[in-house]
Amino acid sequence: MMPYDMSPLLLSLKVASISTICVFIVSVALARLMVRKDFFGKSIVDALILLPLVLPPTVIGFALIVLFGVNGPLGILLENLFGFRVVFTWIGAAIASFVVSLPLMYQSALAAFEKVDPRWENVGRTMGVSEWRIFQTVTFPLAWPGILAGVILAFARGIGEFGATLMIAGYIPGVTETIPLAIYFAYEAGQMDKAIFWVVIISALGVAAISWVNYWRKKNAIRIGRE
Amino acid sequence: MTAGMLTVNFTKKLDNFELAMDFSMEDEILALIGPSGSGKTTLLNCIAGISQPDEGVIALNGSVFYQGSQKPLKIQKRRTGYLFQDYALFPHLSVEQNILYGTKRGSDLSHITELSKLLGIAGLLEKYPHQISGGEKQRVALARALAAKPDILLLDEPFSALDDETRGRCQEELQKIHERWKIPVIFVTHLKADAEKLADRIIKVDQGQMAEQGLLERGGQCGRQILKADFI
Repeated sequence: MMPYDMSPLLLSLKVASISTICVFIVSVALARLMVRKDFFGKSIVDALILLPLVLPPTVIGFALIVLFGVNGPLGILLENLFGFRVVFTWIGAAIASFVVSLPLMYQSALAAFEKVDPRWENVGRTMGVSEWRIFQTVTFPLAWPGILAGVILAFARGIGEFGATLMIAGYIPGVTETIPLAIYFAYEAGQMDKAIFWVVIISALGVAAISWVNYWRKKNAIRIGRE
Repeated sequence: MTAGMLTVNFTKKLDNFELAMDFSMEDEILALIGPSGSGKTTLLNCIAGISQPDEGVIALNGSVFYQGSQKPLKIQKRRTGYLFQDYALFPHLSVEQNILYGTKRGSDLSHITELSKLLGIAGLLEKYPHQISGGEKQRVALARALAAKPDILLLDEPFSALDDETRGRCQEELQKIHERWKIPVIFVTHLKADAEKLADRIIKVDQGQMAEQGLLERGGQCGRQILKADFI
């Protein structure tokens, strides 16, 4: 029997999982584009993707409210198209997680793709293999260790997101109460036992994720990345 | 243009000089020799489609790879077998997966079986690139370059990382393959001895300019024309 309502854990896992899946898809596509293509305004696009790294969470939260709020352009669009609101919902928390974890995943994916020797891709091309198949069978598998590290970082950042989440999703127990919010409001209410409980849970998740990545890298280092 | 002929006539500006190439060849072995950074690999890359010339023509067997303002033919459609310097084997794939990488499912693989026997790599198929020696890597990379039945074979410093004994064996295997396949072969080397032993013709490239060496003597092992490369 758990001493506390476990909904913050389930909600945090749901929010971080969904945002990580979206971050993974977007980051891999963006990083691949940025590594192999040169285009006008590339450095500006790069700076925009990395911007959340240097902005305070309150600024990100404020920007999300302006965009996704009831009167925001994207908020109106989503409500008209799909009939749902972002503010004060778990979707808002997922969007906040997405924005703050995107630059971490993007940087990892960028570094991973940069490490893939372009000659391997050229070998595939000279053998008549399509670009998509080369990406699936050569580029992505060889970049995978770095991408995986990015996935773990993005997930950890997503699960730990606090400031922007509080601004756009608010604190509604059972609805938008993620683990970081549960810790903050337990502390505010003087419930130190509850705060410590969630601190231990979120720390254990972090240690488990890092340990697993280290184990996986060691196990696969023999084959991947060496010729 | 006749069948089985490669025509190369292009210029390309590089950092310190302009690469100017003008030659044609049939089903023969051509050696490109010259100092590092002279433009030899760039020539192979332009034929394969990895780099593009600034102007000129590259054509093989009637198929135009590059011609001035026309859109260059995609690398995938050029049917070139390219053995890269240091071989560039896929480190995450087994030897067998490396060799079969460009083959289509259900296609006839008898030539690959024959190649594996000829190159002595049939026993290596389950291994990964980090588990085999430099000479074995070279032979695997050669088998891979030939697996998709290319119309031309490009070899960039194929013997540079090999000891004398392995080099000799690999050269003999290349000669046998050329006798069997009858496709144009261009190989880059910085060793005069390799060029003399293998090539029907030798082109010296220096600072982007080419000079073809004169044929001084004929005959020799495997029916090759032996050239005395009396370089400038």
